[in-house]
Formats: sequence, C-alpha cells, structure tokens
Amino acid sequence: MLDTMGLIFTYKYEEDLKTLTQVRSISSIPFGGRYRIIDFLLSSMVNSGITKIGMITKNNYQSLMDHVGSGKEWDLSRKRDGLYILPPFSHGDSFNYGANYRGRMEALANTMSFIRRSNSEYVLLSDADIICNMTFDKMLEFHKEKDADITLLYKNGRFTDESYNQFCFLAMDKDHRVTDVAINPAKDRKNLCIGTAIIRKSLLESLIQECQSHNLYSFRRDVLQANVKDLKIYGYECKAYMDLITSVSSYFDANMDLLNEDVRKGLFDSQNQIFTKIRDEVPSVYRNGSKVSNSLIADGCIIEGTVENSIIFRGVRIRKGAVVSNSIIMQDCEIQSSSQLNYVIADKDVVIRENRKLFGYQKYPTVLSKGSVV
Amino acid sequence: MKIKKECIAMLLAGGQGSRLGVLTKNVAKPAVPFGGKYRIIDFPLSNCVNSGIDTVGVLTQYMPLDLNAYIGNGQPWDLDRNYGGVSILPPYVHGKNGEWYKGTANAIYQNIHFIEQYDPEYVVILSGDHIYKMDYNKMLQYHKAHEAACTIAVLNVSLEEASRFGIMNTDENNKIYEFEEKPKEPKSTKASMGIYIFTWNKLREYLTRDEADPTSSNDFGKNIIPQMLGDGEVMMAYEFNDYWKDVGTIESLWEANMELIGEDSPIKLADPSWRIYARNPNEQPHYVAEGAEIKDSIVTEGTSIYGSVEHSVLFHGCRIGKGAIVRDSVIMPDAVIEDNAVVQYAIVGQEAVIGQEASVGAPKETCESGAIAVVGDGVSIGKGIQIAAGEMVGENRE
Repeated sequence: MLDTMGLIFTYKYEEDLKTLTQVRSISSIPFGGRYRIIDFLLSSMVNSGITKIGMITKNNYQSLMDHVGSGKEWDLSRKRDGLYILPPFSHGDSFNYGANYRGRMEALANTMSFIRRSNSEYVLLSDADIICNMTFDKMLEFHKEKDADITLLYKNGRFTDESYNQFCFLAMDKDHRVTDVAINPAKDRKNLCIGTAIIRKSLLESLIQECQSHNLYSFRRDVLQANVKDLKIYGYECKAYMDLITSVSSYFDANMDLLNEDVRKGLFDSQNQIFTKIRDEVPSVYRNGSKVSNSLIADGCIIEGTVENSIIFRGVRIRKGAVVSNSIIMQDCEIQSSSQLNYVIADKDVVIRENRKLFGYQKYPTVLSKGSVV
Repeated sequence: MKIKKECIAMLLAGGQGSRLGVLTKNVAKPAVPFGGKYRIIDFPLSNCVNSGIDTVGVLTQYMPLDLNAYIGNGQPWDLDRNYGGVSILPPYVHGKNGEWYKGTANAIYQNIHFIEQYDPEYVVILSGDHIYKMDYNKMLQYHKAHEAACTIAVLNVSLEEASRFGIMNTDENNKIYEFEEKPKEPKSTKASMGIYIFTWNKLREYLTRDEADPTSSNDFGKNIIPQMLGDGEVMMAYEFNDYWKDVGTIESLWEANMELIGEDSPIKLADPSWRIYARNPNEQPHYVAEGAEIKDSIVTEGTSIYGSVEHSVLFHGCRIGKGAIVRDSVIMPDAVIEDNAVVQYAIVGQEAVIGQEASVGAPKETCESGAIAVVGDGVSIGKGIQIAAGEMVGENRE
C-alpha cells in the first residue's frame, strides 16, 4: 500500500475515559500488559505496507510522543516518509482553531499543508480507539474495484449498548453502496461504522476546502450525511477481531477479552506482529508461594502472591499474600502484602499498601489514577 | 577522516563451543540463548555500552548467520552510531589469498586495519562465552594508572578449582610475574577471566612478531601473554569480585540459568543502572491458564503455560501443554512441550517439540550431578518417547 498514507486522529471520548485520559490521550492508554492502544492501529497500518503515517494530536499528547519516539519500533523511522506528529497550531486568520477542533474536518484543515505535500494517492483515515490486528490492503482493493469515492469500514453485529450512541450506523444496498448514514439511530443498529475510511487524496483535499469555506467541520454530518447521494460511498466489512474502546467499562472488557485464547490468536498473529516501545525488562520472576491462574503477565514482574483473571503490565510487583482478581495493573505498580483487589484498574506507578482491600464491580471497575498510593 | 576513539573493544565470537554439543550445531556459542530473553553475547555487548565503549568489533567464524542476524546494526544495544558502533568481522580474502582465523591472536592480527581506523590508545579483548556484569572503564582506569602494557581481569577462585584455569601469579601490587595455564600445583588463585586490555602500540608490535613466528599457535594465552611477560612488559592483574560464569559446558550453562531464579540471584539482572540489552522478540505478555502452576521460575513474554512449571527458566514463545510437567529445566525460545509430557533436569533447544506423554530426563534428585538431558534446536521427540537422563539428542525421535 505504498500509494496510501495513514492519518490517525489520536484523541476521542476524553470525557468517558476520565481518569485514564487525565494524563494522556486515548491513543496512549496502556493496554494488554505491554501495549498502548495506538500500537494496534499503527502496527496494522505498517503491516499493510503503509510507510507514511501522520498522527493528528489535540491535547495531552506528551505521553503519546514519548511512546512513539522516532517511530523506529514500528519501522517508521525512515529516510523517505515515516511517522509525523501533527500537533495543532494557529496560523493567520484561522487563529480561532487553537487546540479545540470542533470536528475531524477542522482538524484535517489544520494539517492541510501536510496532506498537500504528500504524494500518496489515497489516504486511510482512522480514529485511534480500535483494538485490532488487520491489514487494509483488501479494503483498498475493494475501494479501487468499486471505483468508490469513500470506503467506510464497518462491523456487523448488534450494537444496542449505549456506549455506541456516539457512532454512525450504515444502511447499504446489495452492492455495499451506502444509502444512509445515521448517527445513534433508534433502530437498525447493525452495521457499526468504525472511524476508518479510505478516500482519494485529491477528493479529501477538495472536501476539506469545501467544508472550510462553509464553516463546516463534521466528517460524519457535513461529508458523509450531506453527500450520501452525490458521492459513491461504500461500506467494507471488517471480519477480523476488533474491539472499540469507548468507556472505562469497554476498556476493561477489551483487556479481559485477551484472556481468551482465540482473541489472542487473532490479535497477536506471528506474521503480523503488534509492535510497541521496548523497555528492556528482565524476565518475570515467580517466587515460591505464587499462584497464578488465567492471567496475562508481562516482563519484569515479581510475583509472590495470587493473581487470577488479570492483566499485569511490565515491572509490577505482587507481594506475598496479596490477591489480585479481575484487575488490570499497569506498569511499575506495587501491590503490597495481604492486600486484596477485585475489579480494579490501577494506572501506572500505583502503590497499594499492606492489608488494603479494594473492590469494584464488573461494569464499574474502580480506577486508581496514575501514581496514587492507597 | 579518522575519528579517534580512546578505547575500542574486540569481541572474539568465532568459537564453536563444541562442549555445548547439539546446542551449537547451527549457532555459534555467543548466540546461544540465555536467561529467558538474552543470548550470551548480550552480556559483553551491554557491558561495553554501559562502560562507555561505543566501538565494538565482533569476530565471527563458526556458524555466523544467526549471530549476524541477531546483532544486525547494533540498535538494541545503542551500537548504531555515526562513528564506530558494532562491526561484524568475518575472515576475508586479502591479496591473492586469505585464511581462517588461526587462533585468538591471529584473529586480532587479521583485523589490524579495522582497529587502526579508530586510532585507539587501548584495545579491550573480550570473549563471547561468559555471563557477568563488569565496568570495563574501571579496568581501563586501572590499566592507565599503572601504565601497563596489558591488564588481565582475574577472579579469585578456590584452590581446588584453580587447576582448571589460566592462573596469574602476582606480586603484592598485583603485578604479574608468571602465567601458568591449568597448573597442577597452583601458586595463586587468581584465574584469568579472558578479558584483556592492551595498550594498542604494544599489542600491535607483539601481534606482528607472533605472526612472523611459524611455530606459534597464535593464541593470547599460549603465545602473546607469555612472550610479553618474558620481555618484561608491565602486566597487571585487575581483581574482579562479582559474579562471573563461564557457560562453556552444558552443566555450567544450566547452572547459570538456574542462578537467575530466586531471591538471592547472584547476578542482579534487574539492576536498572546496569541493564543487559537484547534484541526484542516482540511478543505478547505470557499467559498463565487456569489450572497451571508455576513455582520458583522465570518466564518471558510470548509463552503460554497450561501445565506445571517448577524451578525452571522459560524463554519467549514457548508452550507448556495441559498436564505437562517442567522441572529443573531450561526451555529455549519457541519450544513446545505438549500435553502430559514430562521434562526434568533438561535443556530443551529452540523450536524443539516434546510430544505428548514423552519424557525427557529424570528427576534431578535421582540423577548424577551433570546428567542433564539435552534436546537440540528444532528436534522433535515423538509421542511417548523416553529420553534418558544425561542423553543428548540431535536428531528427531519417533
């Protein structure tokens, strides 16, 4: 897919993920023991053969920049193309944008010079809330075959849960041509439109200009809904495993899904690896008295206590007599002896002191913010 | 333009390591996996970088492909540099002929041009078969302070062990006056660790002289060091008092792996001030299933455990099947222990497969010391097959 460049919107739902996005944007939330959410999309793009990726940032993106660095872990530190971070900036008469994009089209307008300068023929736009391991080459083939203007990725299923209220749903004819785009409809919530789309670069440029000159900003309303008749918009079904992170509870569930072997096989395919920042940790050490069941454990941990149905990130220490169940424990946390955790999400560097007991509920896991000491 | 480096390192990585048997059938000894996520060569390479040496020549000869691929451009060790960094140095043809490296000294002699590119004052000579953490810069400062021609790192061993090593006999100031290779009646317990720092001018002179002598076996221990001593050069012993382990035999390789387990592990791998770097296999966190049991072990990313593991070292990408038992063993990358197989007091090579209900080795308590069963890289052991304690298997068994 050398003719395609990727553009990622690295921010979304900061409201619903509150504690987890206090210190970062959604794209750099730690996930699955050693990853950040963005790793899945970045690796998927790289594994598809895309060599030029721009990341549109809004605010709190220091953690994201620290994570991706020069992009070398994704093979994106290159002479030609590679990884570009596109932070907001003010210029001339559009001073009012600041970091407060009203919609995707406004964010894209801000990166117009980057898009113009690129010599890619197609652009793959995507939100960063996706946990998946897929390649986009078939989708591009489909896009070319249909001679489509815009191809939207969708997932088929039942999405009645209110966490999908912010999403679009597609209605399509037999040929997969989109006939209607509805945001949060009351019924027909079958074809969930993921924020991933392929579009010809020249068309994207003119759409951006069009929106800008009419003070329009929403990709969904002002591009998709407004042009559903005039443009050839197609839907392409995503058949790979995929999860969307829309709230604390969906974040929790998506992590816990990794305890399922089939999900792991789908996500961590040895031919299409998920890359992430390397920490040069030592192997994890199990001491006598440790008891672990149905859990994912990253490197650099020292396990002396009990862990069940949990995700343990790099460098975590679980001391004697501590019991961690149904929890997500992020990097460098320390769970001291005889404490008990159930349905807890502990952000990085949290310390649980001796004999503390914390219990959340499956739908409402207790979230401890980065660095807190209980 | 020459960019001058005060000190560079030359790492001798061409040895076969024949005492490791099937484990070095396809790879050079320095590329043998160690400690869950490392290879032996990670230790000297990381020591170099942590000591501030950013130019390392790696001399390869035996089965270099795996090692070359592993080292790559040196990026995992921060050895991808504008000037210097890591260079792989195989033997090559020069003029009308060329030859293999005839000995350790000859290997360095053949690379005099490489060394002179950096115009160094000092050269550190290292080997790729030891597990240790050492600050070569401290040793270099010692070498400089004593204005030595050569400084040799030594370890105090017990008197019984001393006859297995090259022994340095020194005066009270640690100046070496005699060198004895594996003495029957050792006069000292200062064993050479195979780590030398030479003042480059001196070394070049002795290498050239040694090369001109057709009777020489072109070896540092046998020829260069005795020759320098005989000529009265200043040669110092540098005492090292931390963990150091030669992993040249199956038993010592097994032991060194096991020494990483437990609270009082003598080599502080996790010490962040002296990290050991390795090329990362990029695998997901390891998975421990319901019903699995892990005691007193170390485990790395990419591994799934469904059975029971006790006092063992599991590398990345392994699978321990349901009902399988792994005890007192080292399981190298991507090896599979199928359901209900039993592996005891053994080393299982990379990508080896131990079939269902097969059994490798015997309980350690019942074995003679050192009777470690070894299954070579990529070897597959069929369903129900028994491999006895101490047996070394290099071919598939059906």
